[in-house]
Amino acid sequence: MKIPLIYNIRSVRQRPVSTLTTALGMALVVLVFVAMMALSRGFRAAIVDTGSRDNVLAVRSGADNELTSGLSRETAQTITSMPFVARGADGRPLASPEVYVLVSLDRLDGGDALVVARGVSPRAFEVRKNVEIIRGRALNPGASEILVGESIVGRFAGTEIGETLEFANRDWTVVGHFAAGGSGFESEIWGENEQFMPAFRGEVFQSITFRMTDPSAFESVKTTLENDPRLPVSAYLEYEFYAEQSALLTQILNIAAVFIAGIMAIGAVFGAVNTMYAAVGARAPEIAVLLTLGFRPVSVLASFLFEALVIAFIGGVLGGLLALPLNGIMTSTTNWASMSEVAFAFRVTPDLLLRGVIFALLMGLVGGFFPARRAARQPIVQVARQV
Amino acid sequence: MALLQVRNLSKVYQRDSQAIPVFEDIDLDIDTGEFLVLMGPSGSGKTTLLNLIAGLDEPTTGTITVGGEEVTAMSRRQLAAWRSNHVGFIFQLYNLLPVLTAYQNVELPLLLTHLSKKERRQHVMTALDVVGVSDRADHFPRQLSGGQEQRVAIGRAIVSDPTLILADEPTGDLDAKSADEILTLMQRLNREFEKTILLVTHDQRAAERGEAIMHLDKGVLTR
Amino acid sequence: MKYARLIWVNLTRNKRRTILTTLSVAAALFLFVALRSVNTTLNEARDVGSESRMVVRNAISVVFTVPEAYYSWLTTVPGVRRVTWGNWFHGIYQDPRDFFPSFAVDVDGYLDVYSNEMEIPEDQKEAWRRERTAALVGTGLMERFGWRLGQTINMTSMIYSPDQPWPFTIRGVYTPFPGWTDEAFYFHYDYLYEMVEQVQPGWYVLELEDPSLAATVASTIDEHYENSRYATRTETEHAFQSGMISMYGNVGLLMNAVGMAVFFAILLVAANAMMMAARERASEVAVLKTLGFSDRLLFGLVLVEAATITVIGGLLGVVGAKLLFEGTGFQGAGFLPGFEVKLSTAMYGMLIAVVLGLISGLVPAWQAARLPVAHTLRRVA
Repeated sequence: MKIPLIYNIRSVRQRPVSTLTTALGMALVVLVFVAMMALSRGFRAAIVDTGSRDNVLAVRSGADNELTSGLSRETAQTITSMPFVARGADGRPLASPEVYVLVSLDRLDGGDALVVARGVSPRAFEVRKNVEIIRGRALNPGASEILVGESIVGRFAGTEIGETLEFANRDWTVVGHFAAGGSGFESEIWGENEQFMPAFRGEVFQSITFRMTDPSAFESVKTTLENDPRLPVSAYLEYEFYAEQSALLTQILNIAAVFIAGIMAIGAVFGAVNTMYAAVGARAPEIAVLLTLGFRPVSVLASFLFEALVIAFIGGVLGGLLALPLNGIMTSTTNWASMSEVAFAFRVTPDLLLRGVIFALLMGLVGGFFPARRAARQPIVQVARQV
Repeated sequence: MALLQVRNLSKVYQRDSQAIPVFEDIDLDIDTGEFLVLMGPSGSGKTTLLNLIAGLDEPTTGTITVGGEEVTAMSRRQLAAWRSNHVGFIFQLYNLLPVLTAYQNVELPLLLTHLSKKERRQHVMTALDVVGVSDRADHFPRQLSGGQEQRVAIGRAIVSDPTLILADEPTGDLDAKSADEILTLMQRLNREFEKTILLVTHDQRAAERGEAIMHLDKGVLTR
Repeated sequence: MKYARLIWVNLTRNKRRTILTTLSVAAALFLFVALRSVNTTLNEARDVGSESRMVVRNAISVVFTVPEAYYSWLTTVPGVRRVTWGNWFHGIYQDPRDFFPSFAVDVDGYLDVYSNEMEIPEDQKEAWRRERTAALVGTGLMERFGWRLGQTINMTSMIYSPDQPWPFTIRGVYTPFPGWTDEAFYFHYDYLYEMVEQVQPGWYVLELEDPSLAATVASTIDEHYENSRYATRTETEHAFQSGMISMYGNVGLLMNAVGMAVFFAILLVAANAMMMAARERASEVAVLKTLGFSDRLLFGLVLVEAATITVIGGLLGVVGAKLLFEGTGFQGAGFLPGFEVKLSTAMYGMLIAVVLGLISGLVPAWQAARLPVAHTLRRVA
């Protein structure tokens, strides 16, 4: 009892201008939606991927970011020797007590920005599985050397291998670049913790990160550390520590995306409503014939609704295609928790594109409903008379 | 018993507060295999009567029975189903769907049945053959002449082998030659295929093709 | 004006379409105005500050402090009339998301240096000065939280230990002069000093005798401390603010890009509606022409019709935005203090609405002007 779908598909092609403008309107809404969500996801990915679920990060109790934290050598030492700290192939603990400071670097496109400088232990590359040196070599202990994160290279002056950066009254030679799977670490400069300490804050670490022997035992590790009277620390799952930092901005971007796209959608939906009403009006004789032939009004409604969905689908796909080129484009903002600049890329994922199409289909559904109902309710006789 | 029985039929239109009667208290019988022509000036209600018989509209009073079934007592949904099986309607302005080919236009009524694609094809090709446009099966309405379009429309009207064929000024928009061909076709449908036809027109030449003529004027039906 | 009826009749011919199109335009302009206001707010925040004032901060970042000891030398710098200092407190009143700026400051210095930015009744100035735990609050903040003069409130700080309660008594309310925020919270630096170990100033504010001395003063100070443990960066208050704002990232670009998408989307909707209307009215246009209406006149009528829809829609959107955002005191979760829909933004929005109308009406207007009369009439008859 169904009206052939080919009827709707061909009808849509019969009015190319109308169809295209409506679809394009929806495409733009989908584009804005996908773009803003891609921005939000990119930011979150950069921050969130920074931490691992297998590691614990400890800072001074009450501190929720590394910048304002301070841990003594003894504290670091005590934690490192605890039984739940995993050991590497050589039997030594996989722990990295770190110095965390901010340095001001000159941007290649003018102005300057604050960048995180992290003084790490030589074990850092093992503790953090996703970080690896991609160019140059590792740091020589005791030398005034630094490694530069991949997303800093090319954006700031003096970051090529062999070049020198000056901060904290010392010259530091860049001996290598490292990548960290697109995460926040790539926006950092790494040096040796023992070298950074005297240069900056004195005999104090800002944090200590270590791998757990049993990642599922985090709760007990946390309790042990926080209840120990010798240790004035707060312990976090490394992953969650960084995830928290991204929460606010991610939320703002998501809300903004929904808000903006939502209002644009109102406009697009109204446009679709107009288009469909016009179509129903122009095809009144055809609708009368279908009803005369015995097709049920419900079939007519479904038929026109399908037509609206076809247009919406075109819009959704078009919007996704328009958004694709954004994928991978880098931008930056300030990570307010660390007051440092973090670079991240737009992240257009297949599931986001799918959501875009679904969003479009929803718009088509809402926009097409009333006109479709009008078509179904059309009194046959009235129209036959018009003819 | 007559195939079509109309008893005490009245139709009164309400426009704002005014009652506009079209006709009142009409009786009509059409036997199976009859070719009846209904004539009358414009506005006399011929089309209205046709619409009522086809179940496209509701009478103010009266009953219409077709093949023993009381059309006037059916719900809108029942009417839709009934129409698809029992009525073939031919309009003045063909009303083919411009986005479908001739074949697909004729096939439309069959989509409401349970016939398989192969069976539908058989019926459609037969219908196209009868009306003489099988060589144009894959053409779109805009590629056909007026006469050919009306033939396709007739094909659509007969493809599901309806009990009753209702034609509303089928030659009204055609040139003399095409009109002639269409009327010949309708006569053939009646004599060769024994179709019952009620044709409404104000064209005298068309009237002469039927078996019997009735007049509807000022709400009164006369032989 | 005599054609007003004709235009009105055309607009109301298909009420549904006209209303929907108008509302679409309204939605788009609403958004447009909102986006632009984000930009103007950020730009304005950038403009805060006087040319006669400079900020001295830690060269690395404002996150790090500058030594108390620097005070005495700074007062001797030629061209500097007064030196005062402050510290970022990041205070929270009840909900951490209800953001407002809070500072621990050198009371006498701030009252002097910022006298042109804030108006405070004399007795309140004194009351603030006298009490260690007294606070000076902006009118906007008073209204937002419903505080009263003399009320004691409890706050916590995001920076200093989270469980530590900080009671303050509101002794002064300031009314800001244009360009200064009405939601700042100032209290005694000495209170901070007393409660927290080893606290140092976050920055020094210098008032210059003459704004033109800014560059020399900056280089004098920064060179002096260049090789010390706490190197300084001295910049005008303006530059300091700019630096803070640019930390958001390229929000301006994002807002503009989205704005453009909105504009085009709505253009499509409006143009489509106009074209549909035109198609339906072809025969009438032909008839008007036979009566003697010129091509040019019909062109104009269609344009005016299109513009009427978009202007009305635009008004709805712009006014709606102004009422909504200012009625709810929207501040963007604290990131957009002083958010408002400026008159210039509203005017810009209306201009966009007019342009939108003209462009959307262009094609149908052109079609109406060029419509071949005889051909069209033949189709109808």
